[in-house]
Amino acid sequence: MRARLLPPFPERLSEWNLLSGRLAELRPNARVVPYDVEVPLFSDHAGKFRTVWLPPGSASEYRDSGAFEFPLGTVFSKTFYYDAGGPRRLVETRLLLRGSEGWIALPYVWDAEQREATLQVAGEERQLEWAAADGTRQPFTYLVPNTDQCAGCHVALRGRERPLRPLGPTARQLNIDFAYADGRRNQLGHWRELGLLRGGPAPEAAPRWSALPQVPLAQRARAYLDVQCAHCHSPDGPANSSGLYLGYDEEAPGRIGVCKPPVAAGRGSGNRAYDIVPGQPEASILFYRMESREPDVMMPELGRSLRDDAGLALVRDWIAALPGRCS
Amino acid sequence: MGQRIAVLFAFGLAGCSREAPPAPPTAFQKELQERLIKAQPGDTIEIPAGRFELTRTLTLTGKAGITLRGAGMDKSVLSFKGQTTGAEGIKVAADRFTIEGLTIQDTKGDAFKIEHSDGVTVRNVKAEWTRGPHKDNGAYGIYPIQCTNVLIEGAVAIGASDAGIYVGQSSQVVVRRSRAERNVAGFELENTKQGELYDNEAVGNTGGILVFDLPDLPVQGGRDIRVYRNVVRGNNEPNFAPSGNIVAKVPTGTGVMIMANDAVEVWDNSIEDHRTMNLAVVSYFVTEEKIKDAKYDPYPEGISIHDNRFGRGGWDPAGGSALQSKKVILALRLKLGTPFPDVVWDGVVRDGKTAADARICVRGNGPAGFANLDAAHDFANVMRDLRPHDCALPGVPAAALLASP
Repeated sequence: MRARLLPPFPERLSEWNLLSGRLAELRPNARVVPYDVEVPLFSDHAGKFRTVWLPPGSASEYRDSGAFEFPLGTVFSKTFYYDAGGPRRLVETRLLLRGSEGWIALPYVWDAEQREATLQVAGEERQLEWAAADGTRQPFTYLVPNTDQCAGCHVALRGRERPLRPLGPTARQLNIDFAYADGRRNQLGHWRELGLLRGGPAPEAAPRWSALPQVPLAQRARAYLDVQCAHCHSPDGPANSSGLYLGYDEEAPGRIGVCKPPVAAGRGSGNRAYDIVPGQPEASILFYRMESREPDVMMPELGRSLRDDAGLALVRDWIAALPGRCS
Repeated sequence: MGQRIAVLFAFGLAGCSREAPPAPPTAFQKELQERLIKAQPGDTIEIPAGRFELTRTLTLTGKAGITLRGAGMDKSVLSFKGQTTGAEGIKVAADRFTIEGLTIQDTKGDAFKIEHSDGVTVRNVKAEWTRGPHKDNGAYGIYPIQCTNVLIEGAVAIGASDAGIYVGQSSQVVVRRSRAERNVAGFELENTKQGELYDNEAVGNTGGILVFDLPDLPVQGGRDIRVYRNVVRGNNEPNFAPSGNIVAKVPTGTGVMIMANDAVEVWDNSIEDHRTMNLAVVSYFVTEEKIKDAKYDPYPEGISIHDNRFGRGGWDPAGGSALQSKKVILALRLKLGTPFPDVVWDGVVRDGKTAADARICVRGNGPAGFANLDAAHDFANVMRDLRPHDCALPGVPAAALLASP
């Protein structure tokens, strides 16, 4: 495939030649590399199929933190789907491409027949219903973001500039094994073999989260919060005016919300006094907002409609185990 | 995952599940959003007269010089009553942006929010919650945050559960000829520098005008604020803010409150009919929140209150919706008696400084009463003598907006 770096962009996903054969089978074309992240963003239980394509002869530069530096022409794709205990249903494919003026986000929405996805810059809404294991059914509005809303999470505030940036492809997120067609391999190692990645240490020496159960609770919870929240709740993220910073490397308790009063949470405070009250998730605003499904209360603000019960349990346990108190 | 999972798809078709699904976004909303996304710098996007239903946030990001213009404040009405996703009605991050001539109603969260933008004009825009004051209303009506060169004129805000017209962490700000009624805070300037608030009306809110500087925020040191020629009257709406927020501590029946800001000048205002206090100058300590921010200055200094007309006030002081504020007012009633005087200062000064060092100047306000509450000593020694405060300060310099977009 050849990247199109300037508008007008293809109306149909098929024109990008990312996939071969029947599109809905999600078979990557030559040189389109599938990948995964260790700690995914919760998106209403949707599965995600991710790929990256770099122009021939180009490579990304390794970074210890944040996304790698990707070359002009890079195309990321992420397809959201549900395996409904029956045939897989694809909902949307988001593209993130590196143009000469910076990154560009394009949402493509799949048709009911699963033959093609078309560009919808204004986004879409789908009325879906989630049936959990216990049989309860929760209707929800699945939101395909409009291109501005892509920026809502993907933007970095740099002085007067507001460039987009990829969020997923970081050392920590990629430093896991992936089951490629020709065998399991560590992604960082494999990207280097393919010539997609230059620089950086061997995988054993590179940062990793290892969200396995035996990893300490605090580390798992902080990794989870980093991925769900820090794209906005960081010093250069869109929610920086809150003063609440949830990046994995933030250390000051006040910055991660411990005993911190809210700024402009409005109803989001839930009549609670602090973002995090050590030992008391039920008294913590952060937990209240993670639990909520109301549009002006819920966190993340965009990107989910349902509750992430597994994430809630993790954060609840973490807050419950925090020492100290707010007086 | 090992669960038996079923997801039903209803591609825009109605009647596929037990409860009727919310209506899909209207064609109008989709078309308007597409116009905003495809707009070129400098474009004007018109909204015709009429009432339009929207279910998700309208956004604009990145393109400079865009104008979003309705046919008139009461002629083009965007109703978000059926909003299903997104916290705001209209959310913008774009320089030299103008929004004018329309009404935004019943958003789940904030009505109009603009962030990180230089050059903001809000003209003849109404943000309202049609059911009136209610704790489930969105927090802010008109909400620029971390912006520079902001002009808000002819705006109206009604029913916000935090502040109707709120400018946060911004600089070079003018709010004029606007009206805020039946919000918790009518007008609020928070952590903002070089701001002017004049020729406005704050009526029937919980607190009419708030000028606050708060800790733990990336932009701090709110100062150089001018508040003049405003009508601030009858702000006695019972505080309906959720109690976790700082605005929940504002006592019901507050005209003007200045907290922690430096260099604020308040003159030629008409401030009357507030059951708790017409005007209060306080340090951050009244909140009884621990201060962990080493850079933060909690003391208001260089505050000049002159030539205002005060009317009836302080006859039945009450707290806000937060329990802490009710306790403070109760304690104060015992020490101060009623009615509370027109102008109160909490009297809290920096270690080693005197009251005079704080430069709280109150002059030329006719027969207005005054009290230094001595809050640092639990109101032990309330001082009503105005003479130590009969001083003048150099006028706060006017905000200098760049040429309007």
